[in-house]
Amino acid sequence: MAGFLARRLLNYVVLVAVAASLAYMLAATALDPRSNYADRTPKPPPAVIDAQLTALNLNDQVPLLERYAVWAGGVLHGDLGKSVTGSPVNDDIARRAGVTFRLVLLGMIVGSVGGVLLGALAAVRQYGWFDRVSTGLSFAVLAVPVVVLANMLILFATWVNDRLGTQVFLVSGEYTGGLDTGFWGSAVDRIQHLVLPTVSLSLALVAVFSRYQRNMMLDVLGADFVRTARAKGLSRRAALTRHALRTALVPVMTYFAFTFGALLTGATFTEKIFGWHGLGEQLINSIFTNDVNTVAAIALLAAVAVLCASLASDLLHAALDPRVRAG
Amino acid sequence: MTPATTPETAPAPTPASAPVLDVRDLGVSFGDVPAVRGVSFEVRPGEVLGVVGESGSGKSVTASAIMGLLPSSARVSGSVRLHGRELVGARDKELNALRGRAMSMVFQDPLSALTPVYRVGDQIAEAVRVHQRVTKEQALVKAVSLLDLVGIPHPAERALAFPHEFSGGMRQRAMIAMAIANDPDLVICDEPTTALDVTIQAQVLEVLKKARDETGAAIIMITHDLGVVAGLADRVLVMYAGRPVEVGTVDDVYYRPRMPYTVGLLRSIPRVDRGAQRRLEPIEGSPPSPAALPPGCPFAPRCPLHVAACDEAEPPLFETGPGHLAACIRWEDEAASEAGEEPRSPEETEAAEEPEAAEEAEEAGEAEEAGEAEKAAVPRGEPVLRVEGLVKDYPLLRGAVFKRRVGTVHAVAGIDFTIREGETLGLVGESGCGKTTTLLEILELARPQRGRVVVFGHDTARLGPAERMAIRRDMQVVFQDPLASLDPRMTVHDVVAEPLRTHGLRDTGRRVAELLTLVGLEPAHAERYPQDFSGGQRQRVGIARALALEPRLLVLDEPVSALDVSIQAGVINLLAALKARLGLSYLFVAHDLAVVRHIADRVAVMYLGRIAEIGSVDAIYDAPAHPYTQALLSAIPLPDPARERSRRRILLEGDLPSPADPPSGCRFRTRCPKFRTVLTEDERVLCVEAEPDVLPVGEPAGDQGAACHYAEKLDVVQPRRNSR
Repeated sequence: MAGFLARRLLNYVVLVAVAASLAYMLAATALDPRSNYADRTPKPPPAVIDAQLTALNLNDQVPLLERYAVWAGGVLHGDLGKSVTGSPVNDDIARRAGVTFRLVLLGMIVGSVGGVLLGALAAVRQYGWFDRVSTGLSFAVLAVPVVVLANMLILFATWVNDRLGTQVFLVSGEYTGGLDTGFWGSAVDRIQHLVLPTVSLSLALVAVFSRYQRNMMLDVLGADFVRTARAKGLSRRAALTRHALRTALVPVMTYFAFTFGALLTGATFTEKIFGWHGLGEQLINSIFTNDVNTVAAIALLAAVAVLCASLASDLLHAALDPRVRAG
Repeated sequence: MTPATTPETAPAPTPASAPVLDVRDLGVSFGDVPAVRGVSFEVRPGEVLGVVGESGSGKSVTASAIMGLLPSSARVSGSVRLHGRELVGARDKELNALRGRAMSMVFQDPLSALTPVYRVGDQIAEAVRVHQRVTKEQALVKAVSLLDLVGIPHPAERALAFPHEFSGGMRQRAMIAMAIANDPDLVICDEPTTALDVTIQAQVLEVLKKARDETGAAIIMITHDLGVVAGLADRVLVMYAGRPVEVGTVDDVYYRPRMPYTVGLLRSIPRVDRGAQRRLEPIEGSPPSPAALPPGCPFAPRCPLHVAACDEAEPPLFETGPGHLAACIRWEDEAASEAGEEPRSPEETEAAEEPEAAEEAEEAGEAEEAGEAEKAAVPRGEPVLRVEGLVKDYPLLRGAVFKRRVGTVHAVAGIDFTIREGETLGLVGESGCGKTTTLLEILELARPQRGRVVVFGHDTARLGPAERMAIRRDMQVVFQDPLASLDPRMTVHDVVAEPLRTHGLRDTGRRVAELLTLVGLEPAHAERYPQDFSGGQRQRVGIARALALEPRLLVLDEPVSALDVSIQAGVINLLAALKARLGLSYLFVAHDLAVVRHIADRVAVMYLGRIAEIGSVDAIYDAPAHPYTQALLSAIPLPDPARERSRRRILLEGDLPSPADPPSGCRFRTRCPKFRTVLTEDERVLCVEAEPDVLPVGEPAGDQGAACHYAEKLDVVQPRRNSR
């Protein structure tokens, strides 16, 4: 197992290096930091621009491979370079990664647990009213883009707030700035901010996971080993949870790990709409500001996240399913 | 006339013992379709009831109904009483308390019957803990002792293994351990050995007997194999179209059957103790669909004794003797006809009792057989297929991105055989022995990894594309699964005409009609699709397709193993008739040695990629010389209760070794009973060090050859003649 993991890890390091390098090359060729200076009044002299760009390792007159070498050397020492404004990318990314992580973690947990429960219940009562309603709702949610869903949630939340006369749901940002209400007060404030984006993230996840789990569960429900469990004298509920659900969870859990990795940089819309300054939002911003180093840094982070998730999914799979452990 | 019975099989039940299970007029229907109708029987403590029937006869549904494990869409009527307690309509909570404790079940498919993600020991311990208030540790200790009881070596270690680390036979043992964990009064076994190889089946049946002796439980043994029940059951219930058609003691049902269906079933089974001299008698037609039962007796359309009165009403069960019931209005005629023309079975029973008289008779018969065998050994025609030293390895790969070779599976490790014109060679062996790989290697018509394949005098290593195409015309194949091997979107006409068109024939209509008539199908049915036919008819379509190009050699891959016995006999007879009529040669691959005895002239027994023994059918079946052939033949149950009870089985220990890591020297030595018990230390050295070649055995060195250093002929099918 250890040898297997070491080989896997080595493969991943190579893959991350390739992905990040390609992303840097693409960003460095496609984005044009020099144009940032074009709109400035007064327009700085070309020599000054050149000097500044060179200092930031963004000068397009320096050969691409040379810039790449400087960037890669920095990355190997843990330095992701400087943004167009001259601030270090490291600090910015670290802060934003934290924001995204706090946002995605809860949504992910709520979404997957909810989806698994929903799907398993629907499968157990296949073609019952619960199955039909949950199937219909899942497809409705899947058909609505996140943008629309999030805005509908905001409209709903303001309606509720108006009705109750107090701000129950807070629709923008991660917390209210300058709040002085002690630990519990700020915790409540954070939760008020967290509810809506979490709901918006988890709804789509619930829809996907419930479909997936339902199919897995249906495959397992007719399996002989569930019948064996019943023949032992286990009640229907015990046979379904201990034997059927436990076995049907294996493929879903591996899917969970992958989705988590993808969401770290994939929650762009949710971050933008609810004003959370996370990685997804920054990716969009940095493309607009021709911020090559930030784009490359986020791409690198995305690659690392996806491959970590993949590794986690392998480990989870091995932990849950003894059949893949051999070897 | 009454056969000798051992004490536990005494047919007269003591009236004092109340039945464990009493089923009265049980009916199960799914929607409007009745699956089980009017099933009544009782089982007493320690008794083994065999429930026999073909697929769709309702035997498994009956079992699930007793356990209360039917899906909610099923409607159950009638009464099932366990120790006098009504189970039909009982609340689930009550049933949960009974399931696994008072009654338990062993299922057919051991591959899927255990939860893949839990350790075997934990699953057995769970069965204990559901019903007994013990700690986890106590339950595990109990699980280990149960595994020991069912004969799992190193039970304490194996209890920690996961189901996928167990072989099929071991999983079925674990299932039995689970079933007897709480000392049940009734164990229902639903085809417990159908998915297993014969030598493993023999082991598992032994375990079941032991479990019965240990717990004193009554056993309901559901099977389609009349042989399995013969040696084990006290009473037999024969089911047809969802309903019992004959019930009685095992001897009554096998020796004095009164229902024509039972008679037909017994006559249609191929038996290892009888060769091609006795033609199988198939039952015409196929079982009725439960949704469209014929009026009157459901067996009437297939019955040789059919009269007009049979169609009027479904016959009740008539009492034809003490404790013997049969659902046939003409049972007295059946009894009379049996007395007249079928004296065979009682005679054999007598023979079993008088070994000396039998021996004389047998010896006379043997002289004849020997003469025949010699005739068979004389080359009768040109060889159509010659295989010399054929080898096929598969690499064992590991790794997702970088594949590494971690081992080699020696699927076929150097085999030789020849098929001459007009001859049938049966290639038999248990699963994993390499018989299918051999067949695929031959069909490929390419240069083998090592060795030579010569088809019609052409070495396959030197064939050009055109020659290869020409040879394919002469060598055709019939597959195991008749439905999967026919394209569901092609009509039968298109299926049969396809080889003709491929080889450039335009006008196919007349030839297709000819072929369909040849295999016993209506030419008018050519426009139908494969799904409109029954299993046996589909296999006939497959045979017609194979015959379309007038081949000289037919390669048959388990052609009848997917069919019910009553249908199987018809296909075997068809193949025999076609061979005689068209002068075909067959390479017949099968795991069922009884089928091979009926169809083959010569037989090759494979073990772990090597041929263990080869020779004429009569020589091999009557006097096998290789210990593996002997064990294989002795493991096959005979549908003959008296003989089955008196037979001594050669039980093999353990499972087939992995073909990736075969034992040194003789591949069979790890399981060989001779190696273990008969040979001396010095003699064993040869087995460990040298791999035996197939060498002729017998005094006039004939056709028979065995790959054993210490080959010695031994009759295992007829128990009264032991070693000579």
